[in-house]
Amino acid sequence: MQFDCRPAGDCAVLISFEQNVSEDINEKVIRLTECIQKAEIHGAVELVPAFASLMVYYNPLQITFNELRDLIQSIDVSEPSRMKVERTVHEIPVWYGGEAGPDLSFIAEYHNLTEDEVIRIHAKETYRVYMIGFVPGFPYLGGLDSRIHTPRLKSPRLQTPAGSVGIAGQQTGIYPLSTPGGWRIIGRTPVPLFRPEQTERPVLISAGDAIRFIPITEEQYSSLLNENTPQKKGGSPI
Amino acid sequence: MKSTAVLEVIKPGMLTTIQDLGRSGYQQYGIVVSGAMDKYAMRMANLLTGNEENAAVLEITLTGPVFTILEDCKIAITGGNLSPSADGKSIPLWTEIDLPKGTVLKFGPIIDGCRAYLAIRGGFDSPLLMGSRSTYLRAEIGGYKGRKLQKGDVLYTYDSPTEMKKGYRKSLHSELIPEYSNEIILRVIKGPQWDAFTPDSQEKFLASTYEISAHSDRMGYRLQGERLETNLTQEQITDPIPNGAIQIPSNGEPILLLADRQTTGGYPKIGVVVTVDLFKIAQGKPGDRISFEAIEIEESHLLLAEQESAFNLLSVSNR
Repeated sequence: MQFDCRPAGDCAVLISFEQNVSEDINEKVIRLTECIQKAEIHGAVELVPAFASLMVYYNPLQITFNELRDLIQSIDVSEPSRMKVERTVHEIPVWYGGEAGPDLSFIAEYHNLTEDEVIRIHAKETYRVYMIGFVPGFPYLGGLDSRIHTPRLKSPRLQTPAGSVGIAGQQTGIYPLSTPGGWRIIGRTPVPLFRPEQTERPVLISAGDAIRFIPITEEQYSSLLNENTPQKKGGSPI
Repeated sequence: MKSTAVLEVIKPGMLTTIQDLGRSGYQQYGIVVSGAMDKYAMRMANLLTGNEENAAVLEITLTGPVFTILEDCKIAITGGNLSPSADGKSIPLWTEIDLPKGTVLKFGPIIDGCRAYLAIRGGFDSPLLMGSRSTYLRAEIGGYKGRKLQKGDVLYTYDSPTEMKKGYRKSLHSELIPEYSNEIILRVIKGPQWDAFTPDSQEKFLASTYEISAHSDRMGYRLQGERLETNLTQEQITDPIPNGAIQIPSNGEPILLLADRQTTGGYPKIGVVVTVDLFKIAQGKPGDRISFEAIEIEESHLLLAEQESAFNLLSVSNR
């Protein structure tokens, strides 16, 4: 079977693929998500894709578990042919180092690299967005070069500013909100990832998208920050 | 829409927030659902005041607030009994109440439950953000300025001042009023990772009693009791978390995830509380005892259909 469907309580079906973090499997998750969206199944109310699974929330007064499972299992995700697989690639400008990236020097020393080399390695990849979670708009990215894998901070910072770009073990990511966090911070982007007032699309990045980081200077950071809709400081109420 | 200043906060209580049925449809973006913990009591409070079920209400936790009423209004208080009174006179729960301007509305000692819901005719005025007025505490958005209420806050309702009706009070039939107990039995559907738990742990989970720990909040309840283990040899890959999921972290003690839970998580889930029983845990407090009983999904759907037909009748009779 291509995937497994089982109840996750009385209002959700958990669809699990082979439990591995791989681009192939995640691509199937995204494809199935799109197919179910297109099918507009009556009673299916919300879809939440993750690394190797997809949750379909449903209203049991409108559709039973068995009906929903049968509909989902009739979808074939092995054939990508007719699906459009070209997805959005986001170019995320990042001011690396300095005040924006307090841990860049640590990472460079840790790996016996210069700061510029760390930036070059980090900015050369195109990263797949496996899923969004943890906080609004936070992308779980795959594909960080093993030369800059770095353990988390021993004790988390109380505040990591919104837009911070960091490394934790084999992962890299961006903080959409100012939150406490244990990631090593190497830079900051002026692009707002979470825009709660944009009801249609409150986050910039979706599961299945890709990201490239573009190094910018502090001056470019400041002018981009002004161009964007005035960014709310993390913590200011809306 | 025109709105009227109706409540002023004299004392905020421990955690008083604006909530509705929650922000659904955005979990794929990492946005938590939020919403009332006890949706049964919250919906009933709205129906009693003649509101839509999803109107914004106040969720009041353990230690209640004190308000001054700024304009004649109609309210209903449901859920846990936190000894509400109007100008010192006790007021009944699950009943619509007219409060004249100048009344001091106060909550006192907790008699039962954990959370009370205060609905006001017209619903509380709060910006609609991604389809909901619920407070999202972590992101500091929604509800009242994205936070719990503080002294001096003034709340508005979408209703214009209404005529006070003397002597007439709509109240809920006693059969529809739940009883809250310190011994809580939660029915569960076996979780997606049920098979990953050892037979011994599966048995312990269903046979033993857990205690709600002090580390319990809108995000989740930590339970103390028998530790449970899986046969998993490697960490589970993060997947989505439904409301009421019982996840078992590496220390083996269950965490029951609720309204403010993260959208995804990496611990195996041994069970998920059925929808009709979620109110019981929402009204549970530290020290209360919990036991679990597994039922089949078909039974759970029947229970839900039964509950919803009661709501349908009530909302029809409201029109």
